[in-house]
Amino acid sequence: MSFPVLNYEPVLLANIHKENSHTLAVYEAAGGYRALRKAMKEMKPDDVLATVRAAGLRGRGGAGFPTALKWSFLPKDHPGPIYLCVNADESEPGTIVNRVQMEEDPHQIVEGIILSAYATKSTTAYFYIRYEYPLSCQRMQAAIDEAYAAGFLGKNILGSGYSLDLFIHRGAGAYVCGEETGLIESLEGKRAWPRIKPPFPAVEGLFRKPTVVNNVETMACVVHIIDRGAEWFRSIGVPPNPQDPRDVGSLGPKLFGISGHVNKPGCYEAPLGITARQAIDELAGGVWKGRKAKAVIPGGLSTGLMSYDELDTPLDFAGPLKVGCLGLGTACLIVMDETYSMVDFLYNSCRFYAHESCGQCTPCREGTHWSMMIMERIKAGKGRLIDLEYLAEIGNTIGIIPGTTICGLADGAAWPIKTCIRKFRGELEDYIKRTNPTGYAVEVAVPALTGTNGKPH
Amino acid sequence: MAKVTIDGREIELPDGVRINAIEVAKRMGVEIPHYCYHPGLPIVGSCRMCLVEAGNRDAKTGEIRMQPKLVPGCTIPATDGLVLVTTGEKVQQARAMVEEGLLVRHPIDCPICDKAGECSLQDYHFKYGQSARRTDVMPFTSRKRDLGDVTLFIDRCVMCSRCVRFCSEVSGTAELMVANRAAHEEIDVVPGFPLHNELSGNVVDLCPVGALSDKDFSYQQRVWFMRQHTGVCTGCAQGCSIHIEENQDRVYRLKPRENQFVNKWWICNEGRYGYHHIHDAKRLAAPQYRNGGKTTDLDWTGLPEKLTKKLSDAGRLGALFSPFLSVEEAYLLAKLIKGIDPQAILAMGPVPTVGEDKKFPGGFVIAAEKAPNRRGVEEILGYFMHKLLTFDDFLNQMQRTELQGVWVSGGYKGPWIDAATARKFDAIPLLIVQDLFPSPLSEIATYTLPGASFAERDASYMNRYDRLQTSRLAVRPPWGVRAEAGLLWQMSGRKGLYSYRAVLDDLCREVLYFAPAAGPLPDVGLDMKINKLAKSGALAAKMA
Repeated sequence: MSFPVLNYEPVLLANIHKENSHTLAVYEAAGGYRALRKAMKEMKPDDVLATVRAAGLRGRGGAGFPTALKWSFLPKDHPGPIYLCVNADESEPGTIVNRVQMEEDPHQIVEGIILSAYATKSTTAYFYIRYEYPLSCQRMQAAIDEAYAAGFLGKNILGSGYSLDLFIHRGAGAYVCGEETGLIESLEGKRAWPRIKPPFPAVEGLFRKPTVVNNVETMACVVHIIDRGAEWFRSIGVPPNPQDPRDVGSLGPKLFGISGHVNKPGCYEAPLGITARQAIDELAGGVWKGRKAKAVIPGGLSTGLMSYDELDTPLDFAGPLKVGCLGLGTACLIVMDETYSMVDFLYNSCRFYAHESCGQCTPCREGTHWSMMIMERIKAGKGRLIDLEYLAEIGNTIGIIPGTTICGLADGAAWPIKTCIRKFRGELEDYIKRTNPTGYAVEVAVPALTGTNGKPH
Repeated sequence: MAKVTIDGREIELPDGVRINAIEVAKRMGVEIPHYCYHPGLPIVGSCRMCLVEAGNRDAKTGEIRMQPKLVPGCTIPATDGLVLVTTGEKVQQARAMVEEGLLVRHPIDCPICDKAGECSLQDYHFKYGQSARRTDVMPFTSRKRDLGDVTLFIDRCVMCSRCVRFCSEVSGTAELMVANRAAHEEIDVVPGFPLHNELSGNVVDLCPVGALSDKDFSYQQRVWFMRQHTGVCTGCAQGCSIHIEENQDRVYRLKPRENQFVNKWWICNEGRYGYHHIHDAKRLAAPQYRNGGKTTDLDWTGLPEKLTKKLSDAGRLGALFSPFLSVEEAYLLAKLIKGIDPQAILAMGPVPTVGEDKKFPGGFVIAAEKAPNRRGVEEILGYFMHKLLTFDDFLNQMQRTELQGVWVSGGYKGPWIDAATARKFDAIPLLIVQDLFPSPLSEIATYTLPGASFAERDASYMNRYDRLQTSRLAVRPPWGVRAEAGLLWQMSGRKGLYSYRAVLDDLCREVLYFAPAAGPLPDVGLDMKINKLAKSGALAAKMA
C-alpha cells in the first residue's frame, strides 16, 4: 500500500509489504530490535527520555501533546509501580492506521513499548486494543509471545537488569475507551466513565498509580528516534516557528489514513505538514470518478470539516486549527465528493456521537441526543430553519473547551456540527426549505420524530 | 486560614477545613445548584449543574486571574485566594443549558410524581431554567421498573448516579449500576440480584428527582401538605437524627436528618419504616381497671390523682423503667415513686437485643440494642438507686421483699414479656402497666394505661455514646392515650402543661451527670461524656 511519494522513503511502514512481516524473523532481518539492543546496552532511561525530548515527538493519538513532556510529569523516584498503557482503541471514525501497524508490523510496536516503558521506568505495560480488531489482537499476542521467547520481554531484558511485562487487554467496543481516563477505568474493570482531571494519570492513573497513556503510532516513532537519532527525526516535518517560543513544531513522519471518495483509499506515510490536497491527489490518487472534493475531514470525524477552498491547509498539528477544525486529530482524512449531501454527513455524525456518548455529563448526553433528534427530523423532511440555530448552540455549548464536560468526546461531537453549519449552511437551509416547504419557518417546539425508547410519536 | 471570595463577598475559613466550592458557598448563603454532588458520596462532577467561574487572587499583588472556562463547583477545593463568580451570564447560560438538556427527555409528570414539591429538577427549573420548551417534544413515557426495595421511574432519572455511588460506597452492597450508554442509560440491577439491603431507603432520599420511589411512601401524600418535625429514631441505641413528616396527626414517613456526630446523612430501613406501630389499630386505646376477672374501661378524668393516691396507700413500691422512656419521664417517674416510698426498688426493664451490631463500609452502624435510651435511664436509676438493678434482679427482689405496688413502663414496639414471666407479677396487689400494646402483663394489671409512641411526645434520649438529643412532638396521641410524660407531670402535682424543658432543667440541677444539658440542646445533640472527662480530670487534679 505504501510507496514513495513526495520524495519520501517510508520508515514506519517500511516492512509492511514483506511476506510474513508480522514475524520476529522478518522484523529482525530488517534491523528490528536494534534500537532496543542499543538502548539496553548504552542508554539509561533518562537518556531515552532525553532523546525523545530532543526529537520533539508529539503524541500521535490526536491531541499532539509532546510525548517526552508527558513522561516527565511522572513523579520522580516513585516507589512504583508505574504503568504504561498503550491506546490501541482506534475508534475515531475514519481512522485506520494503527490497524495496519498492528496487523503488519506488530514487533515495531512491541519494541516501541519496551523502549517507552524503559524510559518511564514502568515495569508493567498494558496494550488496550479495541474489540473490533481480532486479527490485530492475534498478531500482537503472537508478537508478544515471540518477544518473550527471545528475551525482549520478561525478566532481565537482554541482560540489562530491566524487566517488563506486557499484557493485552481487549476492549468491548466503546468509543469513549479511547479517552485516556476512560481507558484506565475500563482497564480497571469499570464502566468507561472518564475521570475528572486533575489528578492527571501521570500522577494518579491506573490502579491509582502513576500512568502514561500513549498511542500505538507514538510507540512506533520512539523506535526510530532511538534507532536513527533525534536529528533524523527533526529533519522531517515542520520545524518550530522561531518567532514563537511556545511552538514545538510538527516533526517526524506521520501515517495518513485516507478513506472516502478517493481512488486509492488506504494508509500512507508522509512527513507532517503536507497539505490536504497533496494527501488526496498524490497519496490517494485523487477524488474518484473525476469529481471534485466537497468537504474533507482532516483527522477523524471529531476534527470537523474542511471545505474545498481550505484543502491547501498543511496537515500539521497547527494547520487544521487555522481553518476552524479541532486539530490534526489522527490525520486520517475522510474525503466527500461534490455529490455527497451534508445533511447525510451531519446526521451520521450526530447519530454516532449520540450512540457513543458515555452518558456521564449532562450536556454531552443530552446535547448529542438532542442534535440527533433534530437531524432525524430534518432528514425526514420536518426540519425548520431555527433548528440550525439550535444545532449551532449545542455545538457551541458542549465540550471541554467551554468547560461543560469532563472529557473531549463532546468537543468531538460539537466540531462536525459547528463546522458543517458554518461552512455548509446554505446547503442545509436549501434542504430544509425544499423538503419542508410549508413548515420550515415554524419556531415553536415540534414533536420529535422518535422517543428515547424508539417508539414513534 | 483560607480567604475565599464569592460574588464579591469574602469569607475566611479556619485552618484544616477541607471543603469544596459548593460547601463554601452554602456557608455564605449562596446556592450553587447541583445534582450529582452529595457531601456523603465520592465526587464525579458529571451533572455539570454546579458550573461556576473560578479564579485565583494572587496573594502578593491582589490581582485576580479567572480561568477561561467554566469549572464544576464540586471539584474546586476551597483554597486561599479562591475567587468564584456564581451569578455571571456565562454561569446562568450554562445552568439554563443543563436544565434544558435534562428536560428534553423528561416526562414532566409532576402531577403524579411523589417528588413534586421537593424535586431539584423542579426547583432549579424555576430558578435557573428557561420558561419555554424550544424544540423536539418527546413522546410521554413513564416506564417503571421494580428494583427490589424501591421502584424506578426510568424516564424521570437525571443520571446523577448518586444511588449507584451510595450502594457501592456506603452500604457496600453495590446492587445498582448504570446500564446502557448515552441517552439510553438507565439505573438497573443485575437480574436476580435486586436492590435489597438495610440501607436501601436512603437512595430515595438521595435521588434529586422522582426516579427512585419509596414503596412505603408512594402515592400516600403530597409533600407540600406535610410538616417536618425534629425527631430521634428510637429503633436502636444509635439514636439517629430524623425528621418526622406528618399531616393531620398521621405520620407518613421518616427521613434522616443530617447529624455528623451520629448518622451522617443516613438512616437504616428498620428505623425508616419503623413508624407503622404508631397507627396500629391494636394499640391500647383507653385506661382500664381490672378487679378479679372484671375489666372496666376508665376515663382519664381524675385518674392521675387517683393513681397517686393508690400508690401512696399501697406500701412497699417498685418500678420498672423501660429503655424506651425519655430521660424526662424516667426522672419524673423515679422522683414520683421515690417521693412516695423512699425505699422503693427501681430497676431497668428488659433491654431488647437482636443479633450483633452491623457496621457498613460507609461507617454507618445499626446497633444490636433495640432501644433508644438505656444510657439515659441507667444514669437516672444510678442516681436514685446507687446500684443498677436489671430486670432479673428486680424479679428476684420482687419475690423477696413482697412489693405491694409496682409501676411498669413499657413502650416497646413489639412483644417484650412472655406469659410465664408475667405470672410472677400475679401476687402484686397494685400493678400499674403503661404500654403501647396489650401484653401478658397488661392482661393482669390492676391498671392498664395506654402510652404514647415516640412521635407523640417531647422526649430526650441518650444514645449509647452518651449523646443527648431531643425528639419533638410530631403528632398528637390517639384519643384516649396520654403520653407518659404528661401523666407523670400531673401525678407529680405540677401545674400546667408538660414542658420537657422544665423537667430537663430540674434534672440538670439535681443529677450532676446531666448538668451539661442545662443550656439549650443543639439540633445535633450534646455529648454528655464531657462529664466523665471532667470527673476524671478532677480526680487527676486531686491525686496530683
